[in-house]
Amino acid sequence: MKNYINYVAATLAIATLTQCKPKSASQVVTGDAASKVYVAPGKYDEVYNFVSGGFSGQLAVYGLPSARLLRVIPVFSQNPENGWGYSEETKPMLNTSHGFIPWDDLHHVALSQTAGLDDGRWVFVNGNNTPRVARIDLKTFRTAEIIELPNSSGNHSSPFLTENSEYVIAGTRFSTPLDGNNDVAISSYKENFKGTISFIKVDPTSGNMSVPFQVVMPPFNFDLSRAGKGPSHDWFFFSCYNTEQANTLLEVNASQRDKDFVVAINWKKIEEYAKANKGRVTTSKYAHNVYDDKTHSATSTISEGIVQFDAAELKDMIYLIPCPKSPHGCDTDPTGEYIVAGGKLAATIPVFSFSKILKAIEGKQFDTEFAGLPVIKYEAALYGEVPKPGLGPLHTEFDDKGNAYTSMFVSSEVVKWNIKDLKVIDRKPTFYSLGHLMVVGGGTAHPYGKYLVAYNKITKDRYLPTGPELSQSAQLFDISGEKMEMLSDFPTIGEPHYAQAIEASKIKDGQVRFFKIEDNKHQYATKGEKESKVVRTGNRIDVYATCIRSHFSPDNIEGIQLGDEVYFHVTNLEQDWDVPHGFAIKGANAAELLVMPGETSTLKWTPDRIGVIPFYCTDFCSALHQEMQGYMRVSPKGSSVKLVWSLGDFSSDAPAAAATK
Amino acid sequence: MKKQNIFLLSLTAILSSAIILTSCGGSSTEGAKTDSVATAPAASPNGVGEFTHVELSATLNEDMITKGKGIFELKCSACHKLTDAKLVGPGWAGVTKRRTPEWIMNMTTNTEAMLNQDPEAQKLLELCLVRMPNQGLNGEDARNVVEFMRKNDGQ
Repeated sequence: MKNYINYVAATLAIATLTQCKPKSASQVVTGDAASKVYVAPGKYDEVYNFVSGGFSGQLAVYGLPSARLLRVIPVFSQNPENGWGYSEETKPMLNTSHGFIPWDDLHHVALSQTAGLDDGRWVFVNGNNTPRVARIDLKTFRTAEIIELPNSSGNHSSPFLTENSEYVIAGTRFSTPLDGNNDVAISSYKENFKGTISFIKVDPTSGNMSVPFQVVMPPFNFDLSRAGKGPSHDWFFFSCYNTEQANTLLEVNASQRDKDFVVAINWKKIEEYAKANKGRVTTSKYAHNVYDDKTHSATSTISEGIVQFDAAELKDMIYLIPCPKSPHGCDTDPTGEYIVAGGKLAATIPVFSFSKILKAIEGKQFDTEFAGLPVIKYEAALYGEVPKPGLGPLHTEFDDKGNAYTSMFVSSEVVKWNIKDLKVIDRKPTFYSLGHLMVVGGGTAHPYGKYLVAYNKITKDRYLPTGPELSQSAQLFDISGEKMEMLSDFPTIGEPHYAQAIEASKIKDGQVRFFKIEDNKHQYATKGEKESKVVRTGNRIDVYATCIRSHFSPDNIEGIQLGDEVYFHVTNLEQDWDVPHGFAIKGANAAELLVMPGETSTLKWTPDRIGVIPFYCTDFCSALHQEMQGYMRVSPKGSSVKLVWSLGDFSSDAPAAAATK
Repeated sequence: MKKQNIFLLSLTAILSSAIILTSCGGSSTEGAKTDSVATAPAASPNGVGEFTHVELSATLNEDMITKGKGIFELKCSACHKLTDAKLVGPGWAGVTKRRTPEWIMNMTTNTEAMLNQDPEAQKLLELCLVRMPNQGLNGEDARNVVEFMRKNDGQ
């Protein structure tokens, strides 16, 4: 009882504290919120929520409604926790035309779709800084592929998918001079700088990505995009800003014009055009990295040459639609008829009609041309505007009942409105200043609805303070009723930008639990302790090692010399779920390995001193985990110590004294 | 004050519903299948699992022995020796005399359930203190291993 009173007192105290904030939390949290997010021990969440990690470069996976963090999937950043980007097998995944890059800025998430619905096969994410798109396999929750995008800088308008995952689209944020004409004055922006939109083809079976061509656009900043749906299936819609084409103090200079553009692109026609025409081939170099679950290894290939088409030559395929001030989000509703743009600096939310856009094109209702592209009259494309929605509309997602939800950055609220009559239904504050929001299945033709999560940019006082650096805050809403109901607050990794969520049933039963040891095609796999050995080739030493609860084979190695490079290939012989073994060597200039059952991973170790160096298993594996260890003896260069290795005192099957004590 | 009452009521409701939810344990719910508490010991010499009757031929099948040996070297030899010496698990010498083929096949394919329910398997766990891992053998693999064990026992 006393606990109750303390709890209530604390809650009231918090409520009082937040009273000075715009619409306090106490007004938006109702009594049964806790029961709606409570997932009992041993029970599963209803949906998987894939949340971009922003400047962490990784992808977080939460369960909703509990908001429990299930996993952080390493994508663009090295992850010492499991050796991603440190093991010899995964280093190639972070290769680029600039060489090895251990980090990126991951903003957007796109679940693969079939017929406009999330199919649970892959999730695509973007690397913003050194432009890349990654594909994560949802059977293993691992990054399976990363492709670099040439002639792109700040790969922000990416990755966005067509309804059957035919293409991933990637527009550049920065316009830059194109490869082959790079060394130009920055002030020659209008003349020499170009934007690009890369078309990434996705193989429908393997998911493998390739870049058949790029479209060279006027030098705008491309911001976000969405493919059409249903009737607008053949189209993509992009938001862009800086149509002023400024190259300095964009904060002011890119906010001059009353309207920027939504760009409507007929990808289907461009695809046909690209098949029939040659295009220009540039000298661009880009990396393509693929991870193979059979060899348990990645390969990185540098490709050269990319096909480009100029936007102006793609007649009847690209149209500009004026859009109030600096649009950010550009979202297609589930029916594919409405395109909602969020003008960061605008006082309204314009909603464009796809059927009106088609009519306007047919009737040539154009204002003028801009950089050789026809500009459709604003009114001719407009379905209507949501009046006074709030301040700073950014992103819009949709539920299964014909409603839209728009994030308002400046006024820090989610605004729910009806797509048909454009009337605001409800508004709820978020804490504080949300950027992206997402509804479960909100990007599909048939949203699942039920939950909405707001991903906020400012955290301030939401959690126990942790010094100057705080984790970012997200808020979960129940949107099943007329009014939105805030359910919970939870911290996220890095900085969350976009996120998507999918019914758990579409993913959970297809999970790989371990890799079959019989299928292991790794060059240095050791299939059984009998095969474990140490091989010297010049100054390279390959250790073919195995591990099983709870020992390594071999666990004593002598004959290593200073100047050697030791490759420790560890094969986990376990064949059961959730039995990884870790592997770490004292003084290794790398991270540990975390080796999944049936997998082989390699730690490269260059001994830097003479002595006996221990190694051990880092992942608690059994009651005798603490015994899972070994020694390597490092002798001077040219030493006469022979290369020998062993495990225990039984090298044969003869009964051994140590075993019978 | 009224607000407090509502809070108390709702908290009570949440807690009591949580109690109701968690008090009906034992049902085979999602995610609750590992390491369940041992139920009444099954005393069958065949152990616990799908193998209740295995027919052994009078003469050994060389092909099965070869396959069984391959499985032993890949998946078993890290913990079991072919002598009577204990390594991580017990040595295999004499195992076909101590155990029925059904018990061996259930132990190698239905490992978790055996460790949780079979008294003989539990005795071995107390002795070895490492839970035998399920090494992903199917019925045919397990049968081939039995044939290899028979050969090892000089049958």
